Amino acid sequence: MLVRGRTALLLLPIAVGALIGAPQPAKLAPDQMAKAARTDAITIPTPGELFAALQKPGKPNWTGAYRAPIPTTYKNRAQLALNLGGLIADGFIAIEAQDSQQVKNIGSDVIKLAKALGVSQNILVRSNSINDFAETNQWDSLQEELEATQNEVKNSMQSHSDQDLVILVSIGGWIRGTQVVSGSVATNYDERSAKLLRQPALVSFIQSKLNDISPELRTDPLVKNVNEQLTNLEKLVTFPAGRSPSPDDVRKVNSVVTDLIQQIQHKTDTK
Amino acid sequence: MRRGLFFIMLLVIASAWVSLADTDAEVNARKNALDVAGAFTNDGFKLRDGHWCGMLKPQDHALIAVNLYAGNQYWFAVGATDPAKKIAVNVYDETGKLLTADHYDGGDRAAAGFSPTDSGQYFVSVDLVEGGSSSFCLIYSYK
Repeated sequence: MLVRGRTALLLLPIAVGALIGAPQPAKLAPDQMAKAARTDAITIPTPGELFAALQKPGKPNWTGAYRAPIPTTYKNRAQLALNLGGLIADGFIAIEAQDSQQVKNIGSDVIKLAKALGVSQNILVRSNSINDFAETNQWDSLQEELEATQNEVKNSMQSHSDQDLVILVSIGGWIRGTQVVSGSVATNYDERSAKLLRQPALVSFIQSKLNDISPELRTDPLVKNVNEQLTNLEKLVTFPAGRSPSPDDVRKVNSVVTDLIQQIQHKTDTK
Repeated sequence: MRRGLFFIMLLVIASAWVSLADTDAEVNARKNALDVAGAFTNDGFKLRDGHWCGMLKPQDHALIAVNLYAGNQYWFAVGATDPAKKIAVNVYDETGKLLTADHYDGGDRAAAGFSPTDSGQYFVSVDLVEGGSSSFCLIYSYK
């Protein structure tokens, strides 16, 4: 039962006279599932969701998942977008570690990348909120603010005909989140945590979105490589339901995503 | 020529009005969904910033794919607007099998709570059980 305590009390007055237990439609047909809506905002989970599940069996070493500050002066817009997603995932890690200074540092870098992408007009307000929440240790509010910042950047990209970059932000976040989870599980193997890596439909959706972007962006060497590695990753994160990946499977996933993160954060400035 | 221009202007104004009306309905539907989801945040559920809005037709359902993580608990909250009288939310696994979930039913707002044992793809359906075509909005929270 998911409803407890205050939630149950709050829902009780509204639920009086209501039918508990909704009517149950028949099993979904394959074509219904194929036609189901899939959106960036709902179908792709945030790194926060992934990290919430990771700490259920036991608190991971969040500060051990930190990485050195990355450059914020890339000239390639695809690389900027991928790194922006990765940085937002870093922000979620700092929130889990309840490290206010790290949250502020990452918040500052997020704003720099957003400015470089030309989507910073409302972001400065978000930056102030992130700093305020970090100062006062409001960790739940910080999570919401960080996701809202990411969504504001994505909305701004869409309104500036940069919609192709939106999926790159999501991909950057997913790759960094998967690196942290696979790294944590590889270091301290636990079957329940290893199950988090089972995400074939998610990788397939991300890749389908990547295949819809403009041919010019798709042939960018970094984007092309990410796309190729996603094909490899889809196989590595496909396990039967109920089965946990072995420690060796986890290490393979970690190796691929770590390599991708190195390429994404490497400053080449080819464009 | 003038009559043609006038007709086009009328069409533009009418379509803008329809579009604004739809937006208002979606805003109200989202507000209803937030009313339900707000209760769960008191129990430590974190609200996702994203939402999914659309139209529901009588005896029809809207379906969205989500990717969930084993170990987390989820609540999918949906709000609709008049003339929808009763809506329902259900969760299905990746094979299309209906899953047992906790349900909240409040007429034009409903929610389903679910804790997956396997990470992967699930489907959330929003059904219009009673009433006329209406806008709806889905949001979800997790902990």
